[in-house]
Amino acid sequence: MTSPYPILAILGILVVVMTLAAGLIWLERRLLALWQDRYGPNRVGPFGLLQVLADMIKIFFKEDWIPPFADKVVFVIAPAIIVGTVLMSFAVLPIAPGIIVSDLNIGLLFILGMSSIGVYSVVLAGWASDNKYSLLGGLRAAAQMLSYEVFMGLALMGVVLLAGSFQLSEIVSAQRRVWFVVPQFAGFILFLIAGVAETRRLPFDLPEAESELIAGFHSEYSGMKFGLFFVGEYLGVILISSLITILFFGGWMGPVLPPIIWFVLKMMFFICFFILLRAALPRPRFDQLMSWGWKVMLPLALANLLITGAVALAWG
Amino acid sequence: MMDTVFFYIFALMTLGGAILCITRRNAIHSAIFLIMSLMGVAGLFLLQHAEFLFAVQIVLYIGGIMVLFLFVIMLVNLDEEARHRQFNRQWLLGVASVAVAGGSFTLFLRHQTAWTALPVAGRSAPAGNTELLADVLFRNYLVPFEVASVLLLVAVVGSVIMAKKRI
Repeated sequence: MTSPYPILAILGILVVVMTLAAGLIWLERRLLALWQDRYGPNRVGPFGLLQVLADMIKIFFKEDWIPPFADKVVFVIAPAIIVGTVLMSFAVLPIAPGIIVSDLNIGLLFILGMSSIGVYSVVLAGWASDNKYSLLGGLRAAAQMLSYEVFMGLALMGVVLLAGSFQLSEIVSAQRRVWFVVPQFAGFILFLIAGVAETRRLPFDLPEAESELIAGFHSEYSGMKFGLFFVGEYLGVILISSLITILFFGGWMGPVLPPIIWFVLKMMFFICFFILLRAALPRPRFDQLMSWGWKVMLPLALANLLITGAVALAWG
Repeated sequence: MMDTVFFYIFALMTLGGAILCITRRNAIHSAIFLIMSLMGVAGLFLLQHAEFLFAVQIVLYIGGIMVLFLFVIMLVNLDEEARHRQFNRQWLLGVASVAVAGGSFTLFLRHQTAWTALPVAGRSAPAGNTELLADVLFRNYLVPFEVASVLLLVAVVGSVIMAKKRI
């Protein structure tokens, strides 16, 4: 199932994903403006499309400043971790038949592992900045992402049970008859919520909550280091949207249109849903977030797993 | 050939990370090097075609336990501790126990008699050792596995009782 030209697949996925992440910045600002009855960026180029390019040029030429009180090495490594781990996860995503870098037999576990390493990016950035607000942001990120990763993993086990494999391409082909969103609707909702928390998007953006922590873990970051956090967040949104598509909505499968178009269409739908969440929902308090996780999400995820297991056992 | 190269890279990560972990003065740096060491172990698992163990090593140890380590270190103010003299007087004892352990390992590996001989590694299954592992855990060793889970549960309940003043 692995692509015949691995280098081509690697380059193609890298370029497309990075371009998409940059384009999402524009899309998010335009969509938010549309829903909030504003204009958004519409000056630079047609529909303001070149705004991203202008921002990129600006961010590359900004002074790359490291605070004198920061822990220099950790400060520099932290933003690279998030982009590195998310890009690694894209290596095991089956975009369409034949378009995949490496079809690991533990693909899903690999993605969970990479996302759990990604936590360090935020935690270490918060610590290395040596700033009280950043440290609080880092602590919040550690608690939030660690907890929601547990629910994310548990929510996915239902899908693994039905497909009988951790291999993502096999999970897609197991959905030939019916998409897993139908038998695993609870798992889908749980995964969606955990995914939003995992990418630290509103309403779960407490590690960087502007109104209370200034910018949380990335207060001290500027220039392209801040840019990496920014791109990392959008890469995370693309990753979670792709995962939802692959695990619950049949991946590339669909009638008439070619597989890759179906994949992109489904993924874009969930990306827009992520942006809609940001436009529509307020931010909870941190204790509300944690008790929601451990008192609602965890029992539901366990019950879902138990029932799925029992049904799978009964039907053989 | 590539396997040997990777083995030495991962072995270096494991040992180098472990040594740096105990010699750094800064607790966060120690934790980061411990993470590096655990990653080396994960890589060694992968070289043995134990993909599931590799993933679990990363998800549980690196992604779970070490994040909690960092969490606790960040909560506690260790600036004062870092200035203290860190080597206490136990280094002689430490060197002696390392020498004894190293010596006995070498002896064990060099002079294999019938009862110390290591089992020959079986050929790894072509794909999906997750299922094989589950079969062994839930068929052959179900009772020890469940007992271990109960032990962990006891630890969880115990820590809650110790942390809460009033239940």
